[in-house]
Amino acid sequence: MKKVVRGFYSVAYAVKLCRPNVVCAYPITPQTEIVENLAEMYANGELENCRYITAESEFAAASILVGASAAGARTFTATCSQGLILMSEVLFNAAGMRLPIVVANPNRALSAPLSIWNDLQDSMVLRDAGIIQVYVESNQEAHDMIPQAYKIAEDKRVMLPFMVCLDGFKLTHAHEPVDLLEQSLVDEFLPPYRPEVYLTTKKPVAFGCYAPPNIYMEFRVAMQRAMERAQGVIEKVFREWAEFSRRDWGGHLEIVYPESRNFVIAMGSLVGLLRKVVGELRKEGLSIGLVKLRTFRPFPFEDLRRVLGNAEKIIVIDRSVSLGYEGNLSIELKSALYGLSPEIISMILCLGGRDISKENLEKILRNAVLGKEGSGFKGYIEFEEVVP
Amino acid sequence: MLIEVRFHGRGGQGVVTAADFLAIVGFKEGYYTLSFPTFGAEKRGSPVASFLRISDEPIVVRDEVYYPDYVVVLDPSVFEVVNVTSGLKENGMLIANYPKGSEDLKTIVKNVEVATINATKIAMKILGRPITNTTMVGAFAGATKLFKLEKLKETAEEVFEGSLAEKNKLAIEEAYKYMKEVCRWK
Repeated sequence: MKKVVRGFYSVAYAVKLCRPNVVCAYPITPQTEIVENLAEMYANGELENCRYITAESEFAAASILVGASAAGARTFTATCSQGLILMSEVLFNAAGMRLPIVVANPNRALSAPLSIWNDLQDSMVLRDAGIIQVYVESNQEAHDMIPQAYKIAEDKRVMLPFMVCLDGFKLTHAHEPVDLLEQSLVDEFLPPYRPEVYLTTKKPVAFGCYAPPNIYMEFRVAMQRAMERAQGVIEKVFREWAEFSRRDWGGHLEIVYPESRNFVIAMGSLVGLLRKVVGELRKEGLSIGLVKLRTFRPFPFEDLRRVLGNAEKIIVIDRSVSLGYEGNLSIELKSALYGLSPEIISMILCLGGRDISKENLEKILRNAVLGKEGSGFKGYIEFEEVVP
Repeated sequence: MLIEVRFHGRGGQGVVTAADFLAIVGFKEGYYTLSFPTFGAEKRGSPVASFLRISDEPIVVRDEVYYPDYVVVLDPSVFEVVNVTSGLKENGMLIANYPKGSEDLKTIVKNVEVATINATKIAMKILGRPITNTTMVGAFAGATKLFKLEKLKETAEEVFEGSLAEKNKLAIEEAYKYMKEVCRWK
């Protein structure tokens, strides 16, 4: 049923439909209302076989979910920014223990200086954790992604945490029509979570044990292989979802105007604006296409090589930066295209919630295609840095 | 068709709710809609803004509204601190809660089509509080003729409860009818 709702409700409602057993979180803007909505559903008795636990910090929230997930519960939390990096110690453990916890991360900038606004820096910190990361463009895609996240994470070939990354504010606080899923459809799509191994007194096991040098490496190799298998599982589940829901969001990538000579690549809600901008630039006669990157981990390097390998020029839009090097997506893409010859222009913009207008985005992309705009930060005010 | 609207007011007056309310009304009228606030640490009394897009095709852009078709002002005092008509399209319109009337407002805001209403007075009379969002929602709908009065009332019943719904329906209706009369020449 289509209803006008806020982004956080579209996430919370989808979580409810997935029948979680433990929801545990600590509030942080712009995530808070996701778990507020779930807490309300819990208080109203709408969440069956579920415990909602308010933790004293994000670190505690993640820790509680590690215990719950290891005991065989389907678990959910939402956090972002400082909350996510406070969780990070635990989340690396969750991945190592192969616990399919689903985390919604409404992307927000990192301190200092303090910013509650949106960019993608927070989830980039978790890049190497062994957590699947998918970025969504709209609240409908976020809503649809939650059941898929559980199905992928809980697949026996995968068994890794899953982070659904949606732009904080831009999506969470947007109020728009979302086609809310039916319980029966989600029940048919997503089977109950039945792990092979879980904590029980009947057959005691341990998770996250001490691993001396004679065994540690094998665990990490297994995680890498799980990530590699996840590539195929994600593709399969995405296709299955398209048939189930009749909404096809594409694979690891969505390619718009594949026959183009030049491409712009980006993640998240900015892709919406890029669709319009690319359309306008094509009307001017520029050969430019758009690649929406959905899966960031595992990184779909083979798809990217196939789609972008013969491009003349690729403009990478980053909304995060690896300080001391360059934009995070740019680093990944250059590595994926190693040995191939497209020119890559790396642009970093919209940090800490800075908005970019359609007109400005159009201008920098046009200039980039015409060779008049190079790599670097865009849309900041020139200032004189005080170096003592 | 894409109509873009920017709302200005002060924290606590329901600037965000106004845009959200009209997103629901627009959806009921068969449009695609998107509303969102300026994101900040909003404080009661500080100037705030919110945005609304209405379209007959899916809305994919999420940048702020820089070139609005309409600007709606909920509080007359924000004219002193915010350039509310920034980027307003040439054939656009400013719909304002401005008790001194449109002739007075035209001395501050030049070269813009203006329609004013004393929304504070209506809100005080009906709601007993200077919260002008629903009154200005009614005024917007009356001025633009984009939405039907019954859809506004239907939405009020969903958004508010009990006597509050009834009072807001009255505020919406009074403003709607007033503004329809003001803008009858349009």
